[in-house]
Amino acid sequence: MSTETGSPVGKSVPRVDALEKVTGSARFVDDLAFGPDLLHGKIVHSPIAHGLIKSIDISDALAVPGVKAIVTGQDNPTRLGLYLKDRFIFAYDRVRYVGESVAGVVAVSEEVAEKAAALVRVEYEELEPAFDPFEAAKPGAPLLHPELGSYDHVNFIFPEPGTNVSEHFKLRKGSVEDAWPQCAVIVEGTYTLPQIQHAPIETHAAIARWDVSGEVTVWAASQSPFAQRDLLAQSLDVPHGNLRVISPYVGGGFGGKAGISMEANVALMAKAVKGRPVKVHMTREEEFIATNVRQSLVATYKIGCDADGTLLAMEVAYYFGGGGYNDYGVNIARAAGYSCTGPYDVPNVRGDSYCVYTNHPIGSAMRGFGMPEIHWGIEQIMDQLATKIGMDPAEFRRRNCVRTGDTILTGMTMPDVDLPACIDKVAQAIEWNAPARPSSPGKKRGRGIAIMWKAPAMPPNPGSSAIVRFNEDATLNVYVGAQELGQGAFTVAAQMAAEALGVPYEWVRVSANPVDTKYSPYEWQTVASRITWSMGNAVRLAALEARTQILDIVAQYWGEDPADLDIKNGVVVSYESEREQPLKNMVIYGLPNENFEGWQGGPIVGTGKFMPTYVTGLDPETGQGTRAVVHYTVGAQAVDLEVDDETGAIDILRIASAYDVGKAINPDLVMTQIEGGAVHGMSSAFEGLRFDERGRPLNDSFVDYKIATAMDVPGAIHGDIVETPLEDGPWGARGVGEHVMVQTAPAIANALYAATGIRFTDLPLSNEKVYLALHPEGVELSCELPEQVRPSR
Amino acid sequence: MLHEISLTINGEAYTVAVRSHQTLLQVLRDQLGITSPKRGCENGECGACTVLMDGLPVNSCLVLAPEADGAVIETAEGLSKEGELHPLQKAFVEHNAVQCGFCTPGMLMSAKALLDRNPHPSEVEIREALVGNLCRCTGYLRIIEAIEDASEQV
Repeated sequence: MSTETGSPVGKSVPRVDALEKVTGSARFVDDLAFGPDLLHGKIVHSPIAHGLIKSIDISDALAVPGVKAIVTGQDNPTRLGLYLKDRFIFAYDRVRYVGESVAGVVAVSEEVAEKAAALVRVEYEELEPAFDPFEAAKPGAPLLHPELGSYDHVNFIFPEPGTNVSEHFKLRKGSVEDAWPQCAVIVEGTYTLPQIQHAPIETHAAIARWDVSGEVTVWAASQSPFAQRDLLAQSLDVPHGNLRVISPYVGGGFGGKAGISMEANVALMAKAVKGRPVKVHMTREEEFIATNVRQSLVATYKIGCDADGTLLAMEVAYYFGGGGYNDYGVNIARAAGYSCTGPYDVPNVRGDSYCVYTNHPIGSAMRGFGMPEIHWGIEQIMDQLATKIGMDPAEFRRRNCVRTGDTILTGMTMPDVDLPACIDKVAQAIEWNAPARPSSPGKKRGRGIAIMWKAPAMPPNPGSSAIVRFNEDATLNVYVGAQELGQGAFTVAAQMAAEALGVPYEWVRVSANPVDTKYSPYEWQTVASRITWSMGNAVRLAALEARTQILDIVAQYWGEDPADLDIKNGVVVSYESEREQPLKNMVIYGLPNENFEGWQGGPIVGTGKFMPTYVTGLDPETGQGTRAVVHYTVGAQAVDLEVDDETGAIDILRIASAYDVGKAINPDLVMTQIEGGAVHGMSSAFEGLRFDERGRPLNDSFVDYKIATAMDVPGAIHGDIVETPLEDGPWGARGVGEHVMVQTAPAIANALYAATGIRFTDLPLSNEKVYLALHPEGVELSCELPEQVRPSR
Repeated sequence: MLHEISLTINGEAYTVAVRSHQTLLQVLRDQLGITSPKRGCENGECGACTVLMDGLPVNSCLVLAPEADGAVIETAEGLSKEGELHPLQKAFVEHNAVQCGFCTPGMLMSAKALLDRNPHPSEVEIREALVGNLCRCTGYLRIIEAIEDASEQV
């Protein structure tokens, strides 16, 4: 082993999963082979946005040769959900969005299943739909869930039965009424965002087998194998020990594969054909509308500051368009509520955050979890306040941003972070104070800045666990239940285990693919940018336990004090006697006593667990409490762009980002998050699901719903890493996976304003929208071809 | 109707019975167990199923299997030779151009087709060659850099 890396934490070691992925040998769930026994399923989706199911006639579909079974909501009318059990696995008596699962057909092939699915006849009585979350929250709006009051839910959300509001989070701090008269400047505005899709390149797929013995196995592309097992066990009334979820590499998650979406449907379809595996693979069209999407938002703001540019008061109302079912969405609205000010120190706050049922696809977790949505408006209004009092927008943010030790809006003390350093870094990288000269006379150029914060949004007590096992040659396997989504979880697990043990990085193997709830140690979910921090703590503790076992054995062998021993580059050394003991063999076979009078030691196995124990509840009327969240990650972004006056085209020239990650366990992997996130954030500013007036999707394909391509990406994406250690982070690390796209869209909007003097308050942006705003006088559009190119007759 | 087609995949000869409407992607994945070409959309929109057919990059989800009769097919499984990674594969690893990895095989094949026809492409030419391969994780820059790096070595 000539190229061994000692002390790998903080080094940009290669990814542990890269070789598999470049050689084509990495297996994703759709790649798993099940043999000729495999059956295929097709889900029948609702074609209407809101209606009662009057009857389902499956007789024609069942008669198709090769059809094995058809399941409907009548087969298992059990509600499913993590935070709010508000949906049936298959629609029972009512459908609430176009794309909702109504029935599942199991057949010998995908083709037969698809053919039969088209023959399932469902009779609906259409109901009036509600699409706009602001309107749907009003009394008298068409009601989607008349039974809301009877749904089970966690104790930290507050549904309002009799309305479409599934969660109402209230934040009250100081008195905004008293503060308004003291404000020199007040800016108000309404900002909106449409639903958008995660658009992972791998669509959802799952295979389920329900054995006659009662064992149920689900193979899924999942960020949450353990949470899925928990939800399935509860809904299907199967003991957790009989339920096994296996998830190989995930081909892009971004929150879309968090919690549960179609996997429960596949489990029920498998129950109908016991003993045989059933596979459902979502088409791209299904992925767009029948899995999960990011919620829409209608947000109103009123923010004021004094003449010196110090923020005094903020009043916000967030109406999240949660879609037909809000199981996950309620926690997004809650997170948006307790972080409603954005990363600012504001003495007087009145915030109301609502999750609202609408007849659109299910709004659920997506990278940023409510933060990109609320920062879209916050960060544009901060720019307007700065402009109105004549202060530089970067300086305005330096003055008002949250700092370590601040009492933030919930009453919690802000843990260690350095947001001003992030602002300084992006301002420097984007040459904030240099003149922004357009590249040609027809172009307008501008720069914009935006800052962000985000806490992991989760229940107070999500746990992680890890196991470290040595092999004869002193290589070791690290077992985790966290998922590798591309973010590098397995790589940092290996780095942290090696660092804590004192062995080279190359000795570590990560045994986590697939994550298998039957064999992997427990991990709540791979979400919330919590893995480096939470899994990392568990891995570190497991490695330290293994280290202690090793040192105890060697200390006894040498007759020394374990406190004098250390493991350096895979060798136990004594600072006292300067003796050395290689790990090879002794980590399995132990060490002999003198003259081989017996042995001591045995196979080294270390275990570790971590769960935050300090998060407190919040007062339902004020949102106040000792500790709302575990911590916050903060960051800044700046954008440099040009607008073509003749076409409205926006050319993003540069994006600069800086985030306080506590400690970069693998700096280059942090940079890949920063780069990928900037592009994801940029792309999201131009994305939006569109629906017709009856709630039917208009752009459920990559042809009509554009995501950024290699041609769209700026030539330069700059990243800076700030490292203010987190008190309970492994080596001080905190998460950074989601944060990297939170404020990109408002940074673009602020740069657009700097270039054009026009505020864009509604996403998505488009060339057309920019062009029409640049030319408010209107334009004569003509389809007449110039004389010389007219075809001659 | 069944057709017997013969094709060469990564240097090995195969003869398979296919139905008229089956795609090359389905035959590769379901009948031959060659799973690096991925099902991302089955509509020619995402490029995850890109393979080389007689040296040209194609969306294998849009190629009817009978059309591939007699063709020479290359997939990511065939890129490394005698245990040595292809320069593109090496560069993808070194530049951390891989995240979730789902688009990676298709990206590599589009990149190989580019370097086969244009060993020293400009950055713009690289971007153009990748425009049919969607990636949601990396932001593309590392992929572009990796291809630039590999182009100096092939």
